[in-house]
Amino acid sequence: MNLKEIVNTDKFKKIVKLRWMISVTLLIILFVMYYGYVLMVAWSPETMAKKVGENTTFGIVAAVVVIVVAWLMTVIYVYWANTKYDQVVEELKQELD
Amino acid sequence: MNGMENTTLGEPNAMAILFFTIVIVVTLFITYFAAKKTKSTSEYYAAGRSITGLQNGLALSGDYMSAASFLGISGIVALQGYDGFIYAVGYLVGWPALMFLIAEPLRNLGKFTFTDVVAFRLNKGPIRIAASIGGLMVVLFYTIAQMVGSGKLVELLFGMPYEMAEIIVGFVMLMYVLFGGMLATTWVQIIKACLLLFGITILTILTLAQFNFNPGVLFGEVQKMYPADQMFSPGGLVTGGMDAFSLGLALMFGLLGLPHILMRFYTVPDAKEARKSVSWATTFIGFFYLVIPIVGFGAAVLVKKSTIMSVDAGGNMAAPLLAELLGGTPFLGFIAAVAFATILAVVAGLTLAAASALSHDIYINVIKKGEATEAEQVKSARVATIIFGIVAVGLGILFKGQNVAFLVGLAFAIAASANFPSLLLSILWRRFTTNGAVWSIIAGGLTAVVLIILSPTVWVYILGKEEAIFPLKNPAVVSMSVAFIVAFVVSLLTPEKKAQQMFDDEKARTYLGVGAE
Repeated sequence: MNLKEIVNTDKFKKIVKLRWMISVTLLIILFVMYYGYVLMVAWSPETMAKKVGENTTFGIVAAVVVIVVAWLMTVIYVYWANTKYDQVVEELKQELD
Repeated sequence: MNGMENTTLGEPNAMAILFFTIVIVVTLFITYFAAKKTKSTSEYYAAGRSITGLQNGLALSGDYMSAASFLGISGIVALQGYDGFIYAVGYLVGWPALMFLIAEPLRNLGKFTFTDVVAFRLNKGPIRIAASIGGLMVVLFYTIAQMVGSGKLVELLFGMPYEMAEIIVGFVMLMYVLFGGMLATTWVQIIKACLLLFGITILTILTLAQFNFNPGVLFGEVQKMYPADQMFSPGGLVTGGMDAFSLGLALMFGLLGLPHILMRFYTVPDAKEARKSVSWATTFIGFFYLVIPIVGFGAAVLVKKSTIMSVDAGGNMAAPLLAELLGGTPFLGFIAAVAFATILAVVAGLTLAAASALSHDIYINVIKKGEATEAEQVKSARVATIIFGIVAVGLGILFKGQNVAFLVGLAFAIAASANFPSLLLSILWRRFTTNGAVWSIIAGGLTAVVLIILSPTVWVYILGKEEAIFPLKNPAVVSMSVAFIVAFVVSLLTPEKKAQQMFDDEKARTYLGVGAE
């Protein structure tokens, strides 16, 4: 198969679609989480200053959660792409002349 | 516990000079070996694509964690409290977005610069000029901010005159880039990242040791010591929803248009390693931004705000002062040397990005129409490096004493508005055209520049006018929208057959890495 044929195979279309489904889903989570955080900082500073533990505030917990979840999503995506996605890529490349 | 009475900060410090000398000697030694391996363009711009994912992850962290984020954010936390957290979060969230949207296509489609990707199926001449001007503007503003900041820092840390600091930074950085190209630059960034992560980890452990290793106890002390300061309440950084959203957009998508960061993806052999580098970079940078507030709060409690402000009103010396208090002069010397290495690594990365835009994008691909021998290309890369190095030092000296902090915000806004939209659309949209890309870059970049001048950041705080014409501190929400709208409208009005036909080829290369260099 040549390049034009391969990008029109179902297998190629399926994996590209899956790739964007996963990354767009993660991106939406990132958006909701981060812009939710930023808007809460702007609209409700009092909530951010509220204590959730003895001394720890909600704002600190929120910032830590955003950073940790953002990191975790990156690692999850990279793990998926470097194992599952790349395996299909290898199979598809085998079919090229 | 009492605050500090005396500090040796700003006096020539034997330990600082010793560490500083070790850093310079080791990095120049590496440059010597890197120079032997730097003969071709691919070696000069991309370290022969020989860097591993972990190494590139460290180098990306080294490129990204500037002195401004290390000293600046810990200072903001120390003096203003929670506002520092908002920056810490904002500077991290671009990394997952970079991974999900552009990291793989960027690696698979380009050769040395992000402009390669935008120009892949479009009319090369106009698009290369427009995209590299967008890239150069970002690099230039970022460099001015770095150079002015570094002159001031070196002055504060070592007691060295500002102009001399600029010339030393420029000279040492030129040695790395000119002779060792990307390989030396990468290793300087790796060493700097390791030193910075090591230094900040020790500083965090020493700080937490004062509070039973419980951050909660530290927060309690901050509250007790500064009850009136509202250290845990967001302050004046963002004033409204739109303002906050716009700053957030600039921080997140600015990363996706920073040429010196994007360029690093060409130093690894393939998309797999490129992904690993983002995952490592996010790990190191995430850790860095998680612990930096502890350093800031630690400084507020242990060093005291008044002492921090007496040394530097902006709070930049909070972390070094804390290091001196907890680890004595040797640790201060170490942290000062780390801050200096940080400046060198970031400026070296910026210079290489500028050189690649001037030489690879404009001179070789536009003026010489891509017809140049390997030797000519490397030579022009080195000439561009020298030119930009001199410009950087010159601008650093020219802008002495100016308030240039807004230039980082401007650089991120232009990156998000001029570079990012056309980069994303060239990867995703079949009907994207040369005219669409050129006008989108011009419109996005110009809107960002004009609006930031009319915004409170420049109009009120720098030019001293009463009221800003444009209400938001960062223009990204408007300028990014303008860039995307212009891209869509102009592309639909000027269909380009060739670009559409090449989209299938581009797709095979984007997703399978077929033919990637």
